Amino acid sequence: MHPIRRQRLQWVALIVVAASIAAALMAYMLGQNASYFYAPSQIVAGEAPIGVNIRAGGMVVEGSVDRSMDSLEVSFIVTDGLENLQVTYSGILPDLFAEGEAAIAAGKLDSKQILQATQVLAKHDENYMPPEVADTISEAYQRKQQHQPEPQEALQ
Amino acid sequence: MIAEFGHAALIIALCLALVQAVVPMLGSFVGQRSWMRLGYSLAVGQFLFVAVSFACLAAAFLADDFTLKYVAQNSNTELPSYYKISAVWGAHEGSLLLWALILAGWSAAVALFSRALPLPMGGRVLSVLGAISVGFGLFLLFTSNPFARLLPVALLQGADLNPLLQDFGLIVHPPILYMGYVGFAVPFAFAIAALIGGQFDAAWARWSRPWINLAWMFLTLGITLGSWWAYYELGWGGWWFWDPVENASLMPWLVGTALMHSIAATEKRGVFRSWTLLLAIFAFSLSLLGTFLVRSGVLTSVHAFAADPQRGVFILIFLAIVIGGSLMLFALRGPAMQKVLAYSGWSRELMLLTNNVLLVSAMTMILVGTLYPLIADVLELGKISVGPPYFNFFFVPLVIGLLVAVGIAVTTRWRKTEGRLLLQKGALPLVISLLCALVAPLFLGADRSFSSYSAGAALSVFLALWVLATITSDLKDKIGTDLTRVAKFSRSYLGMQLAHTGLAVCVLGVGLSVAYDESRELRMQPGDSAQIASYQFQFVGIDRIPGPNFIAHRAEVRVLQQDRLVTSLFPEKRNYNAGGQVMTEAAIDPSLARDLYVSLGEPLGGNTWAISLQVKPFVRCIWLGGLMIALGGLLAAMDRRYRRQTRVVSAAKGTAL
Amino acid sequence: MNRIALFVPLVLFVVLSLFLFKGLERDPAQLPSALVGEAFPVFALPDLLEERLLSTEDFPSQVVLVNIWATWCFACRIEHPMLNQLAAQGVNIIGLNYKDQTQQAQQWLQERGNPYLFNIVDQQGSLGFDLGVTGAPETYLIDAQGIIRQRRVGVLDQAVWDREFNDLYQQLLGESR
Repeated sequence: MHPIRRQRLQWVALIVVAASIAAALMAYMLGQNASYFYAPSQIVAGEAPIGVNIRAGGMVVEGSVDRSMDSLEVSFIVTDGLENLQVTYSGILPDLFAEGEAAIAAGKLDSKQILQATQVLAKHDENYMPPEVADTISEAYQRKQQHQPEPQEALQ
Repeated sequence: MIAEFGHAALIIALCLALVQAVVPMLGSFVGQRSWMRLGYSLAVGQFLFVAVSFACLAAAFLADDFTLKYVAQNSNTELPSYYKISAVWGAHEGSLLLWALILAGWSAAVALFSRALPLPMGGRVLSVLGAISVGFGLFLLFTSNPFARLLPVALLQGADLNPLLQDFGLIVHPPILYMGYVGFAVPFAFAIAALIGGQFDAAWARWSRPWINLAWMFLTLGITLGSWWAYYELGWGGWWFWDPVENASLMPWLVGTALMHSIAATEKRGVFRSWTLLLAIFAFSLSLLGTFLVRSGVLTSVHAFAADPQRGVFILIFLAIVIGGSLMLFALRGPAMQKVLAYSGWSRELMLLTNNVLLVSAMTMILVGTLYPLIADVLELGKISVGPPYFNFFFVPLVIGLLVAVGIAVTTRWRKTEGRLLLQKGALPLVISLLCALVAPLFLGADRSFSSYSAGAALSVFLALWVLATITSDLKDKIGTDLTRVAKFSRSYLGMQLAHTGLAVCVLGVGLSVAYDESRELRMQPGDSAQIASYQFQFVGIDRIPGPNFIAHRAEVRVLQQDRLVTSLFPEKRNYNAGGQVMTEAAIDPSLARDLYVSLGEPLGGNTWAISLQVKPFVRCIWLGGLMIALGGLLAAMDRRYRRQTRVVSAAKGTAL
Repeated sequence: MNRIALFVPLVLFVVLSLFLFKGLERDPAQLPSALVGEAFPVFALPDLLEERLLSTEDFPSQVVLVNIWATWCFACRIEHPMLNQLAAQGVNIIGLNYKDQTQQAQQWLQERGNPYLFNIVDQQGSLGFDLGVTGAPETYLIDAQGIIRQRRVGVLDQAVWDREFNDLYQQLLGESR
């Protein structure tokens, strides 16, 4: 083969190999680090994996925020109107965190279906309902509606 | 009345931009020199009218003209007047007007300082810039008019500026960042003009280089300021979050950096021509994409302050025309790729290629990570967010590769460099930096022992010293025994060395602050104290104090080291009067070697508060490094070479006339 | 061969922009700020249950609540009983059915009761945009002159009513008599 052609072929082969490795790595890392969002009812229904980083969110139930008296341990309940999810967290809650407002917690689910959060987010702007929460909640609601004829009973 | 004036000025500016986009371009095809020359005065005129329009909006803010919807939504009589000015660009409409102003400013600068450009080239460059101005002008007037009235009026008090944005950082950060974003429109326009005219030679590269350097300098400064702002204003002590908005600014920076390096090869050696053109298109495309991601709210993000799908559709169409059109032009008229690679073995070309591959890979992985949640959502794979570990996994090795390459590249020459020479020059810096890196963590760690040895710290010390040592050795070789040679160094050489030094400082700051950061979140009541690293933090007490438009809880925290008072810090929790928003205001005691960072969490009843205490070693080096990088870019842009060339060309023109 | 390679960036961009365009169809994040003290914006929109066009002139010259709701909105489900209760107490409530599907909305009122004098159908979200609605539910207190006097973002429950609305409501009621 002509040396220049061979050199060019080597380059092309190198680029193809490197690009495939990079693409495979990116796909793998995205799979590893992408955390999925689940609504409380999905978690109660056992759809969320245990011991894997996930995010969950909903409205913080009024009166459910319980601060420990001697540490920064805090627990609260988020709801999507169908099911409740207990969340525990240790640390400072964001400025916009409040009862009756939407919040998203990121962390791992333990075997008792309590979310051990490593991060709690409330939105920076005045949106009280992050789109993920709103979407997932309405999806969860529609699903439930198909199974139960009178879902509004559960809400009132 | 003043608003109508501003509105009218904006419409006139749009009309001027329209003429600027069409006439010089047409002139360049039919050979009408006067048409092409028209672009110069139009660019300046357009800038003046946009400036008038901007001044009118600022005046409306200062006069508390709440009949304007935009003013009413983003200002308040209680707001201090310097924040009223910065509130002009505090939300969507005004920040777009700022965009338009800066774009017109860059166009005017090209018109004023690039008079030496050959006429068809200059006219086309200004035409392309005018076309971009038309796009933004239409967007402003039809979807985001800041001069829209609010009628009927029954409003005495505005809604107030988002308290997060009531800060010095907001006064300076967006304008500088936009200077960078929009600045890439100039090399973009040069690239398009080159594609239209079929001229991709060294002269073309030399004309666009100073503009690339300037835009890049502003973007560097903007990103640095943004990181610093997030650090002290968001109140949890982080300086980079891999947030979509941050990524949107980092991507054009990475491509811009690649562009600066590849155009050097294009100018000096005539290689990478199509690649350089593509990078110039990409740098501006990514700036636009950044605007799109932020403005349309396609990606939810902490920073996205105005979100409206209608605007998103407009921007996307604009994006499709600008990027799609320029890539089409590139595909049809781009220069054929070089058949033979005119370099072999170790050479500066190879190192610049390495630089480009690493930077573009970094950009690609950030782009994929940023857009993946959106793509997953469209494909209904679920609601996903991609965490920092993904970005760090790729970014850290790429940066390590980059720094190693910087050290090697300093010694390489164009075309071919003997491997032996590289070894000879590189050996000493390598040994020095390796030794220092191995030993340094012993002295930097908390208890100065092996138990606190940090490999991350060792690695970052090694990388930083490797770069610094190779730069020093290169300077030493160039200076030799005659110190007066320093004066003969070109500014672009000094700029390069300064920027690379800044990179080393920045990496050192990142590595050490990550390795030795110590932070605790505690429940504290007055009288409590806590030990963080070698510092003792005492919570003294808490007061309520009124501010201009808020009421704050202010805590006093004393910091002692070996029973000696270091400083007293006063973190605040502010409740803003309008809107009732709450803001955390961290208190920081800065120094080069370490920052002490205290912020208030929430009240836990009585005088008990959740408090976050942090000691962050060398965190300031991150921004110091950023400043040095930016300064390096500025220095390189001021190289005499670019001005001399202007003079030569105008002299030539003078004799021709 | 080389020419074809130059088309690669263009193709990549086209693929990317298809995704971006699809992405725009997602629920947009919302705009902040509604203006207390401003007149209720002018509009002309259909009624939910009858074939007619509504405008501000259909507002009774009394104190009214304007409630933004939608069937996709979860919190509205929680809020609805409270609205029924307020309506039973004689509070005038006007519904603003926000970015919703008309049929589902009608069904919702059948199932849960209809506390509203009438419902404005704002399918495009244009009135919501003028009001600066950030989502649902939201509730506005409008005085007899048609000026917005109070705004609640989020669920209106008994506690919020007592704390933020009741006093002002009673006062405005007194003024309008």
